[in-house]
Amino acid sequence: MKLNKLTLKNAIDLIDRKEISLKDIYKDVNEAIEKNNKKFNIYLSLDKKAEETAEKEKNKPLKGLPIAVKDNFLTVGLPTTASAKVLDGFMPPYESTVTKRLKEAGGVIIGKTNMDAWAHGSSTETSDFGPTLNPRNPKYLPGGSSGGSAAAIAADMAITSIGSETAGSIRQPAAWCGVVGLKPTYGRVSRYGVVAMGSSLDSPGPIGKTVEDCALILNQIAGKDDNDGTTSSLPVADYTKNLKKGVKGMKIGICYIDNPKIKGTPVAEAVVEAGKFFENQGAKVDLLKTTLNLEKGKVLSHEHAIGVYTVVQRSEVSSNLSRYDGIRYGKNRSNFGHDAKNRLMLGTFTLSKGYADKYYVLAQKIRSLYLKNFQDLFSRYDLLISSPSPSFALPIGSLGDDPMFGELQDMLVEPSSLAGNCGISVPCFHDEKTNLFLGLNIMGNYFQEEKVLQAAYAFEQGTKWNSWIKMLKIKY
Amino acid sequence: MTDYNVIIGMEIHVELKTLSKMFCGCKNDPFHAPKPNIYTCPVCLGLPGALPVANKRAIEWTVKLGLALGCKINLFSKFDRKHYFYPDLPKGYQISQYDLPFCHGGKVETSFGPIGITRVHLEEDTGKLIHQKVNGRNVSLIDFNRSSVPLVEIVTEPDIHSSAQAKEYAKKLRQIIRYLDISDCDMEKGGMRLEANISLKNDKIPALPAGRQMTNDKSITNNKIQKEELPKYKVELKNINSFRFLERGIEYEIERQKEILETGKTPDQETRGYNAEKNITYIQRSKESAEDYRYFPDPDLPPIRFNDRWFGEIKSSVPESIDLVFNRWEKNYKVGRSLAELLFETADEAKKLEEIFFNLSKQKLPVDKFINLVVHKKIKIDLFKQSVEEIINVYKKSVTVDDVSDEELKKFIDKVIKANPQAVKDFKAGKIQSINFLVGQVIREARKKIEFERLRRLIISMLD
Repeated sequence: MKLNKLTLKNAIDLIDRKEISLKDIYKDVNEAIEKNNKKFNIYLSLDKKAEETAEKEKNKPLKGLPIAVKDNFLTVGLPTTASAKVLDGFMPPYESTVTKRLKEAGGVIIGKTNMDAWAHGSSTETSDFGPTLNPRNPKYLPGGSSGGSAAAIAADMAITSIGSETAGSIRQPAAWCGVVGLKPTYGRVSRYGVVAMGSSLDSPGPIGKTVEDCALILNQIAGKDDNDGTTSSLPVADYTKNLKKGVKGMKIGICYIDNPKIKGTPVAEAVVEAGKFFENQGAKVDLLKTTLNLEKGKVLSHEHAIGVYTVVQRSEVSSNLSRYDGIRYGKNRSNFGHDAKNRLMLGTFTLSKGYADKYYVLAQKIRSLYLKNFQDLFSRYDLLISSPSPSFALPIGSLGDDPMFGELQDMLVEPSSLAGNCGISVPCFHDEKTNLFLGLNIMGNYFQEEKVLQAAYAFEQGTKWNSWIKMLKIKY
Repeated sequence: MTDYNVIIGMEIHVELKTLSKMFCGCKNDPFHAPKPNIYTCPVCLGLPGALPVANKRAIEWTVKLGLALGCKINLFSKFDRKHYFYPDLPKGYQISQYDLPFCHGGKVETSFGPIGITRVHLEEDTGKLIHQKVNGRNVSLIDFNRSSVPLVEIVTEPDIHSSAQAKEYAKKLRQIIRYLDISDCDMEKGGMRLEANISLKNDKIPALPAGRQMTNDKSITNNKIQKEELPKYKVELKNINSFRFLERGIEYEIERQKEILETGKTPDQETRGYNAEKNITYIQRSKESAEDYRYFPDPDLPPIRFNDRWFGEIKSSVPESIDLVFNRWEKNYKVGRSLAELLFETADEAKKLEEIFFNLSKQKLPVDKFINLVVHKKIKIDLFKQSVEEIINVYKKSVTVDDVSDEELKKFIDKVIKANPQAVKDFKAGKIQSINFLVGQVIREARKKIEFERLRRLIISMLD
């Protein structure tokens, strides 16, 4: 077996037991990169000295293993562009907290992955440096905006990876690429040094091969950061400790499958199947109704969320991008892509005098309804499950000219993102014909990552959908 | 000429002297930096991904100032982003406060009447542009040492009605801020910057109906003035860095606006600067349309809630009001405010002074005389470094007189009168000051410490 196919957990164990060497892992990872990077357009930049650095990290928890990082994390020594031409050639003078913590734990950033420019999108087609292809089937999109990181995992071009989600940007590409992606609670992982998109929503998180791999990475990156005032000082659990506890006795609610867009489709079927699985594992599972008005015990429709999310996120984007004024960073404003300009204009409008009340203030009010709704639901249920995307991966070119493409893609995760809850996407179906996957979105209340990971782990171990576990079970 | 009512509201910016900047750990010392751009980091340079973290001390000091100005405090407050484009503003927005300033609704007394304080809020300063020639080319350079230095803005109601009142208010505000020991208020360097919004009105000038005024973003809280009373234009006189220029600029502006109004026109809504050399104001930028700063709450900074304990701590850090201190000194020690204010700046210093006054009067030593000697530097003491005991001893020494009889003194006076006929002649011709010269000569001749007044009277009696 090629060693680039190892999960993070396996690789750590095998290095610990001295059964394999870092050199062998890097050889296979580099080979995969050489073979496929041009084809899939996954890495925008690579650290040629990664292997050299790795040797010095062997005794640390992450053992010098190669990690792919989304290109919106500032990394000293590697360019950081957020896939935007405006930042082309920008060499960060400081390190993001997430990558700093990974490096301190012995992780090695092997390269920076492609994404939708400025993280605006759900396809990785809006990258100013060309789209990334889905390694599971190159005729299809990898999803986005963390498409490059999810694809790097699917193509075994890194042992594990880091993405960031504003609404769906970790979970949707994870689902489309058949990998695992965890969006932590807002404030659990520091945003310091991540090119800001929607500041009240942005959540950095792991994208990996297995649930356990995500838990291992979350252990290193989670926690209070003095440089980010929105991080929580709640203690960080050892997320691997209770992974195997199972779901027995948990109450789980199924959301959104009555949505007309997914009702009766394989997407809804897969979620119902997952519900049955959890029931068999000893959980109590309820099918929840969606309502247009706030009602106790029911799910507030995502329909309002699209509008709310669009207004909040565009407003914050227009503010966050105003620092790229053409005076710094070498490239002037004419380098902004179509989508960024679109968002800048909409956000500027929604914050404008006379309109702010009508849009931004109203959006925040409705946003608070989602917070209330989730607090009510999480007082009744330990976890909620749904799909992170209304469909399988779409073919290359699907984005077309649709300015709302991303919002329609992300509609099922927007409500919980607006509320700031955590969620994970694990593979829950595999289509043999197209080699494409569906994901199961398991959502938890604030700082309930441990519970979310437990359920995800139980699902992953008890079903056949994770390609690495399937492979490794045969092998080991 | 018609009589006009002068209506002035002021906005004053003051840089707080916290050790670190408002939203990062960089040193807050822009005026003494040996080089440009040395007190900088990703946060105050506005680099991608950098995040602000609020300076707790700066928040506490802002509230402290608000309390000293009699303001109400918003126990739930927040920071907002104020967007505008300028090269010295690296993020494209300034972190400021919009609808929930820390403090609102206060008051400052002046001899012309009270001035309402609309609000006191906290924000960050910008970088500084330096326009100069480099290698023969005119370039603009940016120094970010000042970027994100904590800046407090104090906004008044349009309660000021003359240049003299504006000046008195600004001076008093500086005194209060220095008394609280939260800023040096260095006007020359820009540590305190004055702005006055000036307009004139009489019955002939139409006013806008309420609610249709050109609103100032900063005056959205508690505007107690009837909106109907305000004229429909205002001229903003900006970036004044001395009290004298403030006074002169306002006077010039009043005359300029009068002339325009007399012709039946309305002055333009604009921002003007003051040219000290020519003693004129000049247009900087037209403000025909209201600026849109697209304020919204900064998502990077959690809102601020003052719990009882924290608020209590800040409250107890506010010293007794400076007005009360002066009143008590007047009453207990017969110390006039105008002289006493020359002696100290901070509340701690006022405390030390009062201790000295108390001990002087306990020992039946005249306090007013002491102050006189200190103010005119007639005795060598350091009020805030030496102990009360030391200070009083020095003072005692300087005022004790030698035991000399009138008879003895008359001998010296006689000698001096003879030796200085010109001075005697001058005195007789009505030049009263020449007596001081004679007194000095007698003291020198006698080589003794003698009370000035006693000698003066003695000499005059002998010259008559």
